[in-house]
Amino acid sequence: MIDVAVVAFTQRQEDAISGESEVEFMVPLMEQAKASVGLTQSDMGFTCSGSSDFLAGQAFSFVMTIDGTGPVPPISESHVEQDGAWALYEAWVKIQCGGIDTAFVYSYGKSSPGSVRDVLATQMDPYYVCPLWPDSYAVEALAARLMLEGGHVSERRLAEIAARSRASAASNPHAVRTDPKSVAEILAEDYVIDPLRPSDLPAEADGGCAVVLAAGDRARDLCERPAWIRGMDHRGDAHTLGVRDLTSSASTRLAAHRAGAAADKIDLAELHGPFTTSEHLLIDALGLDEDSTAVNPSGGALAANTMMASGLIRIGEAASRIWRGDGDRAVAHATSGPCLQQNMVCVLEGD
Amino acid sequence: MAAERTAVIGVGQTKYAAARRDVSMAGLLREAAYRALEMAGKTWSDIDAVIIGKAPDFFEGVMMPEVYLAEALGAVGKPIMRVHTAGSVGGSTGCVAASMVQSRVHRCVLTIGWEKQSESNAMWALSLPQPFATSVNAGAGGYFSPIIRRYMMMTGAPELIGCMVAHKDRRQALLNPYAHLHQHDLTFEQVVDSPMLWDPIRYSETCPSSDGACAMVLVDEAGGDRHPGPVAWVHGTAMRSESNSYGGRNMVSPAASEQCADDVFAQAGIVDRRAEIDAVEMYVPFSWYEPMWLESLGFAATGEGWRMVESGATELDGGDLPVNCSGGVLSSNPIGASGMIRFAEAAMQVMGAAGEHQVDGARRAVGHAYGGGAQYFAMWVVGSDKP
Amino acid sequence: MFEEDRVSADRPAARDPLAAPAALSAPVTLPEALAGAEPVESVCTPIRMTYTYTPGRALSRYLRAMADKRILGERCGATGQVFVPPRGVSPLAGAATSEVVELADTGYVESFNITRVPIERRPDLKPPYCSAWIVLDGASVGFLGLVINIAPEEVRIGMRVRAVWKPDEELETSAGNILGWEPTGEPDEVITDYERIGRVEASDP
Repeated sequence: MIDVAVVAFTQRQEDAISGESEVEFMVPLMEQAKASVGLTQSDMGFTCSGSSDFLAGQAFSFVMTIDGTGPVPPISESHVEQDGAWALYEAWVKIQCGGIDTAFVYSYGKSSPGSVRDVLATQMDPYYVCPLWPDSYAVEALAARLMLEGGHVSERRLAEIAARSRASAASNPHAVRTDPKSVAEILAEDYVIDPLRPSDLPAEADGGCAVVLAAGDRARDLCERPAWIRGMDHRGDAHTLGVRDLTSSASTRLAAHRAGAAADKIDLAELHGPFTTSEHLLIDALGLDEDSTAVNPSGGALAANTMMASGLIRIGEAASRIWRGDGDRAVAHATSGPCLQQNMVCVLEGD
Repeated sequence: MAAERTAVIGVGQTKYAAARRDVSMAGLLREAAYRALEMAGKTWSDIDAVIIGKAPDFFEGVMMPEVYLAEALGAVGKPIMRVHTAGSVGGSTGCVAASMVQSRVHRCVLTIGWEKQSESNAMWALSLPQPFATSVNAGAGGYFSPIIRRYMMMTGAPELIGCMVAHKDRRQALLNPYAHLHQHDLTFEQVVDSPMLWDPIRYSETCPSSDGACAMVLVDEAGGDRHPGPVAWVHGTAMRSESNSYGGRNMVSPAASEQCADDVFAQAGIVDRRAEIDAVEMYVPFSWYEPMWLESLGFAATGEGWRMVESGATELDGGDLPVNCSGGVLSSNPIGASGMIRFAEAAMQVMGAAGEHQVDGARRAVGHAYGGGAQYFAMWVVGSDKP
Repeated sequence: MFEEDRVSADRPAARDPLAAPAALSAPVTLPEALAGAEPVESVCTPIRMTYTYTPGRALSRYLRAMADKRILGERCGATGQVFVPPRGVSPLAGAATSEVVELADTGYVESFNITRVPIERRPDLKPPYCSAWIVLDGASVGFLGLVINIAPEEVRIGMRVRAVWKPDEELETSAGNILGWEPTGEPDEVITDYERIGRVEASDP
């Protein structure tokens, strides 16, 4: 495998970006990411992005955004209708083919124009489930009840995860849910969708992010302490909720195994758990010990969940902590689909 | 380290039709996937990853449908990726699937491009109302006809060149059992007399709207060597994208198209494109794009593409560079699959597996796709010999 | 099942390419309770989703100016090219546009299309009608509009046109304020390079 590192990362997340179009708010992020390592678009061996037409409410929505990269002269480019973490994966694979040593990755999403809970219902089986119009919070509540009643987790544990996220998010300028709350205060919240409380839910945000990847010596030239991708894998579970064990995440376990997550001590983990229940399952699947691993030091998706970008932001957050020396080894995770259906695990290390 | 040599060992297509009401979305994909697996001599358990391509989700009304398709595609416990690069997506998906093997990340991947437009209302999907734009154009024809008009002005091509392309592709489609349109008795005069929709584009010069899926199985060098049946080796892949609107843009032969071709032919070591390529499957949704792409991809000099068409050079029957022997996009157009069909048909030609529309002795073939405002391009060159 | 499902029979293939794949050809047996039940061929699931669009800064400015019968473009700081309708970004620079530019409501036809079929969302448009890319004086790129007050067959590439606005009392913040573009009668713009669109360097309006 060719050594590839994350060498630049920019992000913006707000509860609603109402004054700017996607390309308008992405352009500064793209420019800053490239400029931070002294590169321009023409230096990029490959470019890949992630976004969703259903979120934008418009077919071919990504065509509007490509102009932000400055694709004149033409660029070698691709797009996934997935979270940007998968765009990064495609770019990482492209670098593994040889011949290029840089790649530019970006993704973005706005949840504010529509009702993201309803939009996500159209992701369910179109013949048997979507007609029932199950919103995404209700679907997660099914899993939450199984976890609670099966004794896999307690409401207190979920409240502790929520409280930790809020506390960590206080120092993250990109987080949108930053007001601290104690475990007792959270447990006193009324249920929104029983058994989930407001603090159990993702803080929906608008935004996006941009990442630069570089290989080998190029990465060392561009970055004092590159965040090397030591392993990356993604796996999926069945879609049908009824055939899955919703009280654990088999695909996360498998992806983590293949990415070599457990090979050494993990200093920090950025997990794309939109709900407290999902974060709990991820900690369990990754075998994290919260005494020795800082879990979601950014606050995670509970503090700001930008659809289509949240997974890539986890990779960027983990990488920036490696650059800063906050840790030597990190695990970043991204998810897609209902109840953690698809999961990616990316292991990052500093030299 | 050089990229891993990669081979196509299985191709599977569905019957293309305006509406495949006999199958669900999953059923449609499984029809193509199983045909590809059968040809490859593989089962689901041999597949390391599934790479899916599809155009806008609004065409079926399902958001990120690859999520729902996991079980149907034997992908539980496996990676699934979903590519979307507008009309070129089927080609881009082929390139991404090849990269999974070329990078040595996976050894055997299944890739599928598909569309089931009959599940939703394509007009609705493409014209979601936006308060800040006026809609004066009906569909893609309205967008591309002014570009075709510029090409006609630029080259002085005779007015009926487009009709010749359309008539050729519809006749060649009769040799392809999977083609959507089988117009057995269509005459050249009928093509010429068909109604003008988006002048200068006639009804018979436009692509249909189809349901369908196309799948391929790709393997690494050892897998290609071991395979007892025919193999199509990947000699090059390329993707290029550009903005669709800037002053001085070459709309007839976009820079991204020319650079995509230059890149893929350089990888394949091809110098004289017309002489060294035996068959081309290019993305021609409106007939005039055949001469336009012949020039842009370097098979003809600028302004000379229409002469190749006129001379019969692009016909399966007697042409030196047969184009779209399958009938092309003009005969079958499940959008998300259309680019992959081009890639797969190119592979079938060099495998000698194209049946009645086989180009005798084809050893090197090109698959090509484009999308957006003629701004996204994907190509590959495949050959019967190992590169 | 399919339209025109005939397959040429002169050269029989080793295997029927349309035969169901072996794995899918096993007959499905229904439980007795379902014997005689009518198979469901399709289900209709209406989907209604409401989105609140954000045009963004550039398009908002553009639409507000439209209400005053003014057309705004935006200039690329790096190349000087002027884009209309503006999207707030220059694809040439990969950067935000640097300056708002007011454009004339005159220009020329870059190329056109004569639509001879009705379109669903514009029942008011009676075919045949002409839609065209109009390059405004001062703009670098074409901009979509209808050519009116002339028979479609008489429209030419290079023909000079001016905007026909809605009556003042009907103006809104909408691109629909321009009803179409009519010939000015000036001499045609000379087009020398039919491949290339727009202008590389913006001219003064």
